[in-house]
Amino acid sequence: MSIEKASPYNVEAVRDDFPVLGRTVDGEKLVYLDNAATSQKPQAVIDAVSEFYEGYNANVHRGLHKLSQEASEAYEGAHDKVAEFIGADGRENIIFTSNTTEGVNTVAFGWGMHHVEEGDNIVLTQMEHHSSLVPWQQVAKRNDAELRFLEVEEGLVKDGEVEEKIDEDTTAVSVIHMSNVFGTFAPVDEIIDRAHEHGARVLVDGAQSVPHASVNVNEMDADFLVTSGHKMCGPTGTGVLYGKTDALHETEPYRYGGEMIKIVEYDDATWADLPWKFEGGTPNIAGAVGLSAAVDYLEELGVENVHEHESAVTRYALELLEDDDEVTVYGPHADYDKERAGVISFNVSDAHPHDSSQLLSDQGIATRSGHHCAQPLMREMGVPATTRASFYLYNTYEEVDALVEGIETVKEVFA
Amino acid sequence: MSRDMYRQRILDHYRDPQNYGTIKDPDVTYEDVNPSCGDEIQMYAVVDDEDEIVDVKFDGQGCAISQASASLLTEKVKGMTVEEVRDLETDDIREMLGIELSPVRVKCAVLGLKVLEGGIVEYEKGKGT
Repeated sequence: MSIEKASPYNVEAVRDDFPVLGRTVDGEKLVYLDNAATSQKPQAVIDAVSEFYEGYNANVHRGLHKLSQEASEAYEGAHDKVAEFIGADGRENIIFTSNTTEGVNTVAFGWGMHHVEEGDNIVLTQMEHHSSLVPWQQVAKRNDAELRFLEVEEGLVKDGEVEEKIDEDTTAVSVIHMSNVFGTFAPVDEIIDRAHEHGARVLVDGAQSVPHASVNVNEMDADFLVTSGHKMCGPTGTGVLYGKTDALHETEPYRYGGEMIKIVEYDDATWADLPWKFEGGTPNIAGAVGLSAAVDYLEELGVENVHEHESAVTRYALELLEDDDEVTVYGPHADYDKERAGVISFNVSDAHPHDSSQLLSDQGIATRSGHHCAQPLMREMGVPATTRASFYLYNTYEEVDALVEGIETVKEVFA
Repeated sequence: MSRDMYRQRILDHYRDPQNYGTIKDPDVTYEDVNPSCGDEIQMYAVVDDEDEIVDVKFDGQGCAISQASASLLTEKVKGMTVEEVRDLETDDIREMLGIELSPVRVKCAVLGLKVLEGGIVEYEKGKGT
């Protein structure tokens, strides 16, 4: 094997930070390879959430009492931390959501519905997650706009598509930064340049990219970017919507109510300043505190290091899987020399992915099977579903070996 | 261990399903999917004057459990009345398969029955009963 089993940090020490990785599944050691769905949480994040509830649980923003001040400081400070993490100017550009889907809906309904007009087009890629595809379908239907798709082959946007599909009638572009099916990256720089030439706004779906690779929204020049906290070591129920200040001023609130107002009269109201006008209702304060701790954790390890580690583990896995005639890998193969991340979609001989995942689970190996919230893409690929192994900062080369060995059992049963 | 799930009988029906195919002009036809894993099943049946199922076929694609279960179901329901089929429940499917099923896999196992029952409901509506 040509791959050197190296890592930029001590993976075993990192694994000790994640309590759940020590558990067994029906007597087998857990091999957690479902990170594109959600990541595990380090003790520091679990502790941060507990400490909030044990030490300063209170509602935020208006309370004058000490606990509320502490909670507000932590909650608002978490916005600053996330802003810095993704290269945003400041907290006014960072809106906390419950997940990526809520972020996309805020943009689609708060911005898209008010700016996409009849005859305009909205451009997406063929590999969008349902969370990005479905809200824009609704905008297109309600506003009589056209949906266009950048065609994808083996996880890569085909040459010439960006130039062909994005034109003077394009108002909005929504693009998945890193594919949750292939681990490939969309050419966001090219897409954003082209869109901006035509005055279109671009929403980048960073649900998979932000946890795994260094992302800088200012350098990228994205108008909006959404991501989720729970895929990057943070608690479930946390997500982030980034927007450029002028883009957010063009956006109507999507959730009305408490916490998002400035002055309320019986028949009208005005909105709070950014970012709070988009955070109606009591927010997920404990979640924000946990997300803040997750950012600290990732920064200490270095997101570039995480990416390097995952890329190496992925290449190792690809070499082994591609060596096996009975395994079909979808997307770019081991010899692909451009940037890619730790997601591998595959199928084993005649076994349906659902059955493969079941048999792998018997051996403690957690993978995901299905359409990965990309049904049209699966149809385009001509497969009903795939099995997906997705890696994160704590996965080891030995776990890849376990996966390969686990696949042997699938082959035995379905031989 | 769910390896027990993949008994020879299940694998045989998955690889070589019984009554696989379509029926032209069926009395009963319906299709549905299991969105969590993408299993798809269509059922076709011919019903005689006594409401008895005289022919039944299925097609579709999906995991071993969904396809084997549909195959076994077609064998089971031939000769039953539509009312008897409507009375079948998840436990009957469990018994028919003879394997332990986790809650997630139960959905795969009962898809065939769900589709056939859906078709029967439509059929009865059409008859005005």
